[in-house]
Amino acid sequence: MDFLATLVNHSPALIIAVPLLGAFLTPLIGKINGKVRNVFVILVVACTSFLIALLAYNVFTNGALSADAVTNNIQTYVFGAKDIGTPAVRIAFEVDAMNAFMALIAAILPLAAVVYSWAFMKDETGQDKYYTLILLMTAGMLGMMLTGDMFNFFVFLEITSIATAALIAFRIDQKYSVQAAFKYIVISSIGALFVLFAVALFYGQYNALNMAVIGDSIKYTMLDKIALVLLIASLALKTGIAPMHMWLPEAYGRAPSSVTVVIIGTTLGSLYAMFRMIFTVYGKHIWDLGKTMALQLPQLLGILLVALAILTIILGVFMALKQSDLKKMIGFAAVAEIGYMLLAVGSAIATISLNESGVTVMTSAGQMALKGGIFHVLNDALDVGLLFLVAGAVYFAAKETSLNKLGGLARNMKYTTVFFLIGLFAVSGLPPLNGFASKLMIYESTYAINPILSIAAILCSILLLATFVKVFHSVFLGPKIPKFSNVKEVPKSMLIGMAIIAVIIIFIGLFPNLIVENIVKPASEALMNYGLYLGGI
Amino acid sequence: MLEFLDPFLKTLQTDSGFWNPILWGFAFVIIFLIAYIIRGFGKQAYKEKTEQTKAFLSGNPEYEKEQMHIKGSNLYWGFMEIMKFAYDKFNKMHNGNTGDYVLWFVIILGIFFIVLGVL
Repeated sequence: MDFLATLVNHSPALIIAVPLLGAFLTPLIGKINGKVRNVFVILVVACTSFLIALLAYNVFTNGALSADAVTNNIQTYVFGAKDIGTPAVRIAFEVDAMNAFMALIAAILPLAAVVYSWAFMKDETGQDKYYTLILLMTAGMLGMMLTGDMFNFFVFLEITSIATAALIAFRIDQKYSVQAAFKYIVISSIGALFVLFAVALFYGQYNALNMAVIGDSIKYTMLDKIALVLLIASLALKTGIAPMHMWLPEAYGRAPSSVTVVIIGTTLGSLYAMFRMIFTVYGKHIWDLGKTMALQLPQLLGILLVALAILTIILGVFMALKQSDLKKMIGFAAVAEIGYMLLAVGSAIATISLNESGVTVMTSAGQMALKGGIFHVLNDALDVGLLFLVAGAVYFAAKETSLNKLGGLARNMKYTTVFFLIGLFAVSGLPPLNGFASKLMIYESTYAINPILSIAAILCSILLLATFVKVFHSVFLGPKIPKFSNVKEVPKSMLIGMAIIAVIIIFIGLFPNLIVENIVKPASEALMNYGLYLGGI
Repeated sequence: MLEFLDPFLKTLQTDSGFWNPILWGFAFVIIFLIAYIIRGFGKQAYKEKTEQTKAFLSGNPEYEKEQMHIKGSNLYWGFMEIMKFAYDKFNKMHNGNTGDYVLWFVIILGIFFIVLGVL
């Protein structure tokens, strides 16, 4: 077996091991020199991203790099006992197209963040701790996205939460940072404990922790219903879905911008977990209609999710519009964006029904909504991520984030202004950038399901555009303000960090079909064909 | 010869519609050119740095440039006033109290349990 195939075979383990080991080596390397440490961290993240790219390519192509490792577009990696017959003292990573899709997002964000951090954090103390925590958060986030084990998911969720809370409070001299971190850790701990409770309910009933084994055994008893409720509600809390979203703008707004970019990935990791639980662990009962229930589960669940999604979009957009702090405003916009993904996926679930032949199907509009929702996960991560990096650049240059005090920065920060415009166009769903393609898919499909949903989504998107026009006017346009006359463009590493994301946004915007056909469609099919995942172990 | 470009140029089908940014780009350029040509038919008598270019603020005096920048919270004032009834409620929700955040979680947990567990 050649080196590349071996690397691909072990990539699920290496993707976690490399940043984890890197995290604990960082303080040691920091003793040598700050620059050496920064290079080391960038190399660790770049290496992780490369491994993710290899794994994703192998999964999407069903084994082009290593045919032995992949079956039915699923790559499994078992830590511990290999055979199912032995006592199941083991953890399995099961990577299908959906996991690979999420891991690709997690490959981009930390890379942009650490490159950006080089200059952004250069005057801060405690950088060894900062980079250690960033790498720990990355390892935790990737673990959440790749694991096929419920308890292991909980462990990675906790690793991510603790690292994230510490990073939100990184600027400990600012009291609001500590306050936001405290709120985050309270909310995260509650969410994680309810996830653990659900895991215990599964283990008590089925003597299993593996998602595929649980999904195969699940009977939809009252305990399973309770576990479903606990999982959806707690993961919705971790994702920042309204009315449980209040922690999110504070956490996003108070953390250093380079950290916020990675937190976006962890938030989307929780959203992915919710989709995995609904479509795979409870897949049998989502897709097996008309046998056990008077009222069908997909319709009930779909309507609930859509209602929460609309509430999330409206609250996010309205609150964003009134904010006068740049980062908090983007935080509320991020809440609204999560609503769009949930709207699409909730609508897709609601369309699952029996056709004339008595077979359970998701309608064509539902399938399009699911694809649009998944596509929007990628777009949201990039668009909101870029806007936060721009906000960080504004803070770095002007030491100010109040929209009432800023103004005229486009004169001094030309590149940052261009990056902001790219983010503005993308997040508001303006053509030709990536946000337009995914929102178009969501609008069209939800219109076919219920026009009111689509109309509400479009109106809120217009308000989102108005919000960012306000930011553009307040921060970048207008006459030169004396206080900011000496403001200079941010250093190159920060520009490169923003450019990494901006280039990907433009690429996806120009070639959306390439992304949808090769990455998004396999991911949505992986969610719909739950049987393949259950049979993967 | 240029077959490798095919995947890049394919149109995204969205059930009832489609989206092709390359086509949109061409359309944008054509529309821009048409608009530019129409602009060329405008008055040639426009003179820079004369009374024509001075700001007219309903008869009010023009302040120094630095003072003329409209601050963020002044934008959309009318919208905020009309939607005050909603904002009053939204502001009460966002009170910064962690206990209230947890309460919302408990409420959602209860709703989900009633809908999914009992119905």
